[in-house]
Amino acid sequence: MTWMAWTLPTAVFFAAIASALLVLIALELKRPTLTSRGWLPMATTRGDRFFISLLGAAFIHLLWLGLTPWSVLYASGLALVWLVVIMAKG
Amino acid sequence: MAQDKAQDNRAWLGVLPVMLIVAFSGVIPLMTVVNYSVQDILDFNTRFFVGFEWYRETLTDPRFIDAFLRQLGFSAAVLAIEIPLGIVIARGMPTQGLRASLLLVLLATPLLIPWNVVGTIWQIYARSDIGLLGVTLNEMGFAFNYTAEPLHAWLTLLAMDIWHWTSLVALLVFAGLTSVPAACYQAAELDGASKWQVFRHVELPRLKGVLVIAVLLRLMDSFMIYTEPFVLTGGGPGNTTTFLSQYLATMAVGQFDLGPAAAFSVIYFLFILLFSWLFYTSVMRSEEDS
Repeated sequence: MTWMAWTLPTAVFFAAIASALLVLIALELKRPTLTSRGWLPMATTRGDRFFISLLGAAFIHLLWLGLTPWSVLYASGLALVWLVVIMAKG
Repeated sequence: MAQDKAQDNRAWLGVLPVMLIVAFSGVIPLMTVVNYSVQDILDFNTRFFVGFEWYRETLTDPRFIDAFLRQLGFSAAVLAIEIPLGIVIARGMPTQGLRASLLLVLLATPLLIPWNVVGTIWQIYARSDIGLLGVTLNEMGFAFNYTAEPLHAWLTLLAMDIWHWTSLVALLVFAGLTSVPAACYQAAELDGASKWQVFRHVELPRLKGVLVIAVLLRLMDSFMIYTEPFVLTGGGPGNTTTFLSQYLATMAVGQFDLGPAAAFSVIYFLFILLFSWLFYTSVMRSEEDS
């Protein structure tokens, strides 16, 4: 595993994504998702909304890093809000 | 109902080998690149965690922004030309007989030529001193020189990409057109539909699937283009045809800046993912609406 050049923050990041995927699988088995329509312009499943949340979170970070000199932690906070909003209302 | 659900879940086991292969060839290397992108790597055993520093540096690098804009322009031009042209070629092709077979072979030929060979062919073909195209254009009174004029370099690159890849679009559309039932054409003819109406209302809806594949393939391929411009123009004149992949290769292989190159790669990957997702979603949405 040393060839993968792991760091603690990246390990935590990937572990969080893997855990989220496991939670989604467990949820899917327990309560299968239904396609629903929130304020996003298309009908989405739970998995779609998770993907949109992750992609959006990545771009929130990129925009923050490219346009502001401030700490990236603010972007992470914003991305967390985005994730909750999309998962709940998207 | 419960039985259906159980069958669905078992079916996932069939996908397992693919997931393993994708993990081995895609996910794990990508994770490694993410790990690299947050470190300053001096050698294999000497690495320092630097957080998002390389990302900030890349996103504010004027050369990255210029290469990104060039890349967008190139992909947009490629799609705007190759997709309609491919459709026109496919619609004009005979559907059966010897001529159809010959045309299919002819169309497939550029797709069989390796990318670096395509670059070399066009590099010689467009040269203003010995190349057939370059010399002809100069004889006609155009002062054509793709090694010195950015516009000429761009036009040559576009012509090369169109020459190389329009066939792919044409072949995909041709395959899509063969699946349109003859009864649909007969019904349209009885209704007195014009050629445009036949295309718009009979063919286009049935071509949606292959067009999605064609646009996605051309979008991703043109967004990642490397070999042909590298051979043809080397990114020049100046940096006017330096696209993202070439800049990335210079950074990763030329300068061996693994950390910044990894951050660059992750950003590059995210944009391709975004464009592909936006495009796929918009097409699927319009399909649902219709």
